[in-house]
Amino acid sequence: MSEALKVPTAAEFLAQGKQPEVLFWVGCSGSFDDRAKKITKAFVKLLNKAGVEFAVLGAEESCTGDPAKRAGNEFLFQMQAMMNIEVLNGYEIKKIVTACPHCFNTLKNEYPELGGNYEVVHHTQFLKSLIAESRLKIEGGKFKGKKITYHDPCYLGRANDEYEAPRELLEKLDAALLEMKRSKRNGLCCGAGGAQMFKEPEPGNKDINIERTEEALETGAEIIAAGCPFCNTMMTDGIKAAEKEGKVEVLDVAELIANAEDL
Amino acid sequence: MKILSIIVFALILVAAVGLFARNIKRMIRNIKLGREVDRSDNKKERMAQMLRIAFGQSKMVRRPVSGFLHVVVYIGFVIINIEVLEIIVDGLTGSHRIFAPFLGGFYDFLIFTFEILAFLVLVSVVIFWLRRNVMNIKRFMMGELKGWPKNDANYILYFEVVLMSLFLTMNATDFILQTRGVEGYAHAGEIYGSFPISGFIVPLFEGMANSTLIIVERAAWWLHIVGILIFLNYLYWSKHLHILLAFPNVYLAKLTPQGKFTNMDAVTKEVKLMMDPNADPFAAPDPSAEEGEPESLGAQDIFDLNQVQLLNAYTCTECGRCTSECPANITGKKLSPRAIMMKTRDRLEEVGAVINKEGEWKDDGKTLLNDHITTEELWACTTCNACVEACPIGIDPLSIIMEMRRYLVLENSAAPNELNITMGNIENNGAPWPYNQMDRLNWANE
Repeated sequence: MSEALKVPTAAEFLAQGKQPEVLFWVGCSGSFDDRAKKITKAFVKLLNKAGVEFAVLGAEESCTGDPAKRAGNEFLFQMQAMMNIEVLNGYEIKKIVTACPHCFNTLKNEYPELGGNYEVVHHTQFLKSLIAESRLKIEGGKFKGKKITYHDPCYLGRANDEYEAPRELLEKLDAALLEMKRSKRNGLCCGAGGAQMFKEPEPGNKDINIERTEEALETGAEIIAAGCPFCNTMMTDGIKAAEKEGKVEVLDVAELIANAEDL
Repeated sequence: MKILSIIVFALILVAAVGLFARNIKRMIRNIKLGREVDRSDNKKERMAQMLRIAFGQSKMVRRPVSGFLHVVVYIGFVIINIEVLEIIVDGLTGSHRIFAPFLGGFYDFLIFTFEILAFLVLVSVVIFWLRRNVMNIKRFMMGELKGWPKNDANYILYFEVVLMSLFLTMNATDFILQTRGVEGYAHAGEIYGSFPISGFIVPLFEGMANSTLIIVERAAWWLHIVGILIFLNYLYWSKHLHILLAFPNVYLAKLTPQGKFTNMDAVTKEVKLMMDPNADPFAAPDPSAEEGEPESLGAQDIFDLNQVQLLNAYTCTECGRCTSECPANITGKKLSPRAIMMKTRDRLEEVGAVINKEGEWKDDGKTLLNDHITTEELWACTTCNACVEACPIGIDPLSIIMEMRRYLVLENSAAPNELNITMGNIENNGAPWPYNQMDRLNWANE
């Protein structure tokens, strides 16, 4: 931790009569979950380093409603959506970046019909564009030759057809990228989607995250890269169950890049 | 004799087509029991999708073995049907190989191709049978295929074997009759057709007298065409309806990103009203508004699903690619997306049978929910879209699961308790966990 994070809110921008370049939608997990908060901070460090004029909503942000919608509670989802849209439109937000594929999918695909029209990007897509614009550079040295496997989050991959941005970032680390048996459009869910994160699974012979973690371990990777805080939790639990703690790490793509930069 | 056979042929043809039309009408009537849904947008994109995925089989070949075999049978089916056209014209006019004089050398080429395809189809069908019955492939061994679905799949394969064998027998005997210059078969010394495969079975028939050969040839010809007409009428009862429905089904499939779920309009109206500070909470309902029973929120029965979802159910070929990719199913949960489709069709047929019998729908005290699909299946879904991605013909089991979850939550308040707590948290403090919304930015200073 070299210096304090700069995390301005949209309200502060407004007070100064300025518009942020992009709004960083932190999400519930990124705000409250201890593990996910580290991802949030890693991403903010990268934003700070690249000099991105971003804002967060802070206490004005609320759940996008994704888990409610996928649990079947359309009413609660739309209540959440309309409240969020009112806040976002109030600040005249044009572009949103988020590190949570569930927030990403909901904001991008399900808000427009309810009056929320924004350009929404996943943080891996945003980081990729920062690098393309030379605002951010990645030195691969630290991860050179490290075996990394990337787990596709359903709501980034299949749901929105984004398989390449996170992989391109990982390749920039000079790491050895290993694919799991099921990857990209055939990627196996971590088990958290559809509000499963918040309930016990139905009876079966295995937990989904265990199955997926075993697949990741089969690749021989030392690092499982994820692009979703929920996948991260599920895979981290899987690693614990497989007693591989300390041997295999589960890290978000943003954390890997921030680590590479010693941020 | 010739006139008689023409009359018999025409009668069989009319009866078969008539029966088929009746079944298709019933199917359309059943599909219309569902809610209307507008898929009249993006015609070009839909057409392209249909050409690529249904016509071009682009998703079938993602699994190379079964995909390749399926392409063989599919091409065989489509192309050999040109021959069926000739058979029908021959049958109705009493002619023999009526296309030959018009097409000349090209006719020989066509018959040559049909024979090669017939052989490849036979080989593929044998492999299909082995895959289904001998090789212990998991998706063909699952509980939901016990009984009729498994038999159905095998019947189709047996049908194919019989039809292709009859076709080759017909050609082999016809070839001998042509070379022997038998009346009705000879064409002034010219041989119509080219027989690369049936040539191998010619020795089986060469010892026969002309009269016997004619009987064998006619029998094969008649059984072949009657077999095809029986098959046509079998379709409605079979998973094999996909040979017709795959095309409209893919055309009508969702074009938006898979992650985009529908927003329920009825809910939008309510929520907007709630959030409108000028709305009068005590206002009398607008008298100009539509009368009648309001539609239920979500789906309890097939009437609450939309017509594309019901078409999906009739289109499903029960291949199980969806289920073999489903994370819940892979880990031993009861949910199987294929079973969701099969149960939806079963219920639709159950309702259809009541309408057939009574002339209109009379409540039979059953519903799709609970009587066919259990809540345990519905709550096991992670909404990961693997099933949707896996389906080679654009079926969306996830959308049915979602509609039924909506019914459970919005009409019955019957979510699992942990989810009720989660939803309570979202409602009260804007996060699925019990944290204070005011603390959302605390991480920045930790």
